[in-house]
Amino acid sequence: MRFFFAKIIYAVTVLFILATVTFLMIRLAPGGPFSQDQALDVSVTDALNKRYHFDKPILTQYKIYMQNALSGDLGVSLKQKNKPVSEIIVTHLPPSLFLGAIAIVLALLIGCSAGIVSSLYPNSGVDYWCMGLSVIGISLPAFVFGPLLQTFFARYLHWLPVAGYGDIWHLFLPSLTLALPFASRFARLMRSGMLEVLNQDFIRTAKSKGVRPFKLITIHALRGGILPVVSYLGPAIASITTGSLVVEQIFAIPGLGREFVQSALNRDYFLVMGTVIVYGVFIVICNLISNFMYAVLDPRVREY
Amino acid sequence: MRIYILFVLLLLSTTINAQSKFVFNNGAEPDTLDPQLISGLSEMRLAEALYEGLLSYNPKNLTPQAGVAKSWKISQDGLHYTFYINPNAKWSDGTPVTAYDFVLSWQRALTVATAASYVNLFFIIDNAQKFYKGKINSFSKVGIYAKDPLTLKVKLSKPCSYFLDLMAFVAFYPIRIDLLDKYKTKWTQPKNLVTNGAFTLDQWNSRQSIILIKNRHYWDAKNVKLDKVVALAYDDINTAYKMFLEGSIDWLPAIPTQQIDEIKLNPDYYVSPYLGTYFYRFNITKKPFDNVHFRRALIYATDRQSITKNLLKGGQKAVSSFCPPVAGYHPVEGCYYNPTKARQELKKSGYGAVGKKLPPIEILYNTSESHKQIAETIASQWKQVLGIDVISRNQEWKVYLSETKKLHYQVARSSWIGDYGDPSTFFSIFRGNDSNNRTGWNNSKYNKLLNQAQTETNPKKRLQLFQQMELLLVKTDPPILPIYRYVNQGMLREYVMGWYENIRDIHPMKYIYLDKTN
Repeated sequence: MRFFFAKIIYAVTVLFILATVTFLMIRLAPGGPFSQDQALDVSVTDALNKRYHFDKPILTQYKIYMQNALSGDLGVSLKQKNKPVSEIIVTHLPPSLFLGAIAIVLALLIGCSAGIVSSLYPNSGVDYWCMGLSVIGISLPAFVFGPLLQTFFARYLHWLPVAGYGDIWHLFLPSLTLALPFASRFARLMRSGMLEVLNQDFIRTAKSKGVRPFKLITIHALRGGILPVVSYLGPAIASITTGSLVVEQIFAIPGLGREFVQSALNRDYFLVMGTVIVYGVFIVICNLISNFMYAVLDPRVREY
Repeated sequence: MRIYILFVLLLLSTTINAQSKFVFNNGAEPDTLDPQLISGLSEMRLAEALYEGLLSYNPKNLTPQAGVAKSWKISQDGLHYTFYINPNAKWSDGTPVTAYDFVLSWQRALTVATAASYVNLFFIIDNAQKFYKGKINSFSKVGIYAKDPLTLKVKLSKPCSYFLDLMAFVAFYPIRIDLLDKYKTKWTQPKNLVTNGAFTLDQWNSRQSIILIKNRHYWDAKNVKLDKVVALAYDDINTAYKMFLEGSIDWLPAIPTQQIDEIKLNPDYYVSPYLGTYFYRFNITKKPFDNVHFRRALIYATDRQSITKNLLKGGQKAVSSFCPPVAGYHPVEGCYYNPTKARQELKKSGYGAVGKKLPPIEILYNTSESHKQIAETIASQWKQVLGIDVISRNQEWKVYLSETKKLHYQVARSSWIGDYGDPSTFFSIFRGNDSNNRTGWNNSKYNKLLNQAQTETNPKKRLQLFQQMELLLVKTDPPILPIYRYVNQGMLREYVMGWYENIRDIHPMKYIYLDKTN
């Protein structure tokens, strides 16, 4: 119980530090939310600075922001003229999560299948093909793979829409683009995990006892072989859900990734804080769950 | 027979449906649909469809024509304007548009707390600036007065030749103050927004699309042919281009310029002049840019033709002038590419091989592949012609804005797009104390000419004053290096009718219709 409590205290502290550092860093960045090519009248910028308390000392601003944030008020977007940050997050987080969830399922399906096939026929033509493709998958950036998929499946074959967000068909190409590097890593992890297990004595024993190949792989080998994939799954989920910016841009998915990056570029102070806090909470929760799972599976961890 | 009739009806219904929806890519997600806070082109396109000012734009040449006001009268001295509101003008909830709506909306724009983007355009109205700055407390002293619900009187502080043009500009559109008070920051949401234009807001799907539907209460609704306008918010131009090729977009106002060679072959591609200039600013507060001969040497050493022909390739026009031809104005030519003159000017400046030694000079630009290519080309031209070492440096947009504002640069990439159809929208930015000047240039002769031009009522004399100003700006004492004139480049399906090329890229949706019969 003490272990769980300590982990939660640790997570809250991390979030507090994250919010404070982000607040200071975005304020220190040159340029402000109201600077634009066609300069606004000085009185207009003064009025805006006053409205959002930017005319006050930075510590006072920090205090006001933290008090509001703790009471659930994340402020308004300075670029999207007074739209509440919470409303922007509620609108744009679900597409990112949905896209991430489909991508992770696709990555697991493709990656694990390729890894198993490779491990069953090591150093064969199939193995070389699978591992060769996985190297391409890891090195091919989304801004190349995405447009390639768009051109082939949407423009030439007309099977799927080029871009947009609405139904499952709109999500297929973006989630495949997002899944590719993760599927490639899963394939390599699965292959090495399976090869290690397949060479162990209990597999040989099972084989000699006449266990059928399908049952041997699914029941006996897979349980041990999938462990490296499981250990990578936590960081992969966090990374896939928070790192979908390029894919969102190419496929016009209204996700939170674009809001996050655009808010930083626009010096949209409150939106930067809101998105950082949301991503921070998400990553901290993912890590907490993974820590708790390890503790449940291996009680020795609780002693540390 | 019954089957035949059904078939014809079906065909007819699909034709009608197909003809009534116009889809275009509006580029970026609009920041707001509040006309007084708008500053971007994507928002203006939507505002022009949703609202209507006292006057509206003629779609072909953008001359002001009847809008909410069916007629107007101007006094002999050019100071008093009387607008007669069309009694049939209505908001989308059916209530009449009155002169009071304009008074209240303009009063809101002139309130500091509103932080209206184009508040300075209102300052031509008598006492408006004083009210805004708090020197007058009563709005009744400002030259805006509703005589009755259908008559609006406006008094200007000095004659303004482009005032009617401003009456069609977004900043002067009326809004429903009662609904703003009721819904506060949520007044522009689809369920709350009431507008007086040809269309009304149906859906706002953030970062996806904005859907407008025909406003059945609009006074000229019988001439509005589109039933629905879909404005997509796809900021990836490559994706939007693929969607155009796939057939799901009717109008693409911006194209991926790196594919210009392929796009030019497409019959749907169009290109036309635009009211904007791409130029470089010199920081004349820093040496050696305080030396006019040195600045002229750089200008003479710049071959803009090679930039427009070899790099841009989209029909942009290499220019030596700053202000585009607009409202009868003919630009004055400045310093063309001339390596001999460039070297002569460098010699006169006292710098270079025979004079004072020059450390490398720096060109600052905001991060973009196109700006980078242009900066590198100009750097190599200056090196080749004048033997000057030039480095180019990029900065993220907001940092670049901050640096140029503080004059922390030597040469900076810049551009200017006109807000309204008059040369003053260009020349006013180089007044000595203007916040858009950003060169440190403060020429008393120029400032004096600008003041004269603002009060000059004779159109011919006024244009001559602008030409004298341009001569100072691009030849006699240039703080800038004009490079090229922008163009409108896009793709438009051949069945889109009522859309006309014009210098400000304004295309009122009211007149657009789709003719797919061929």
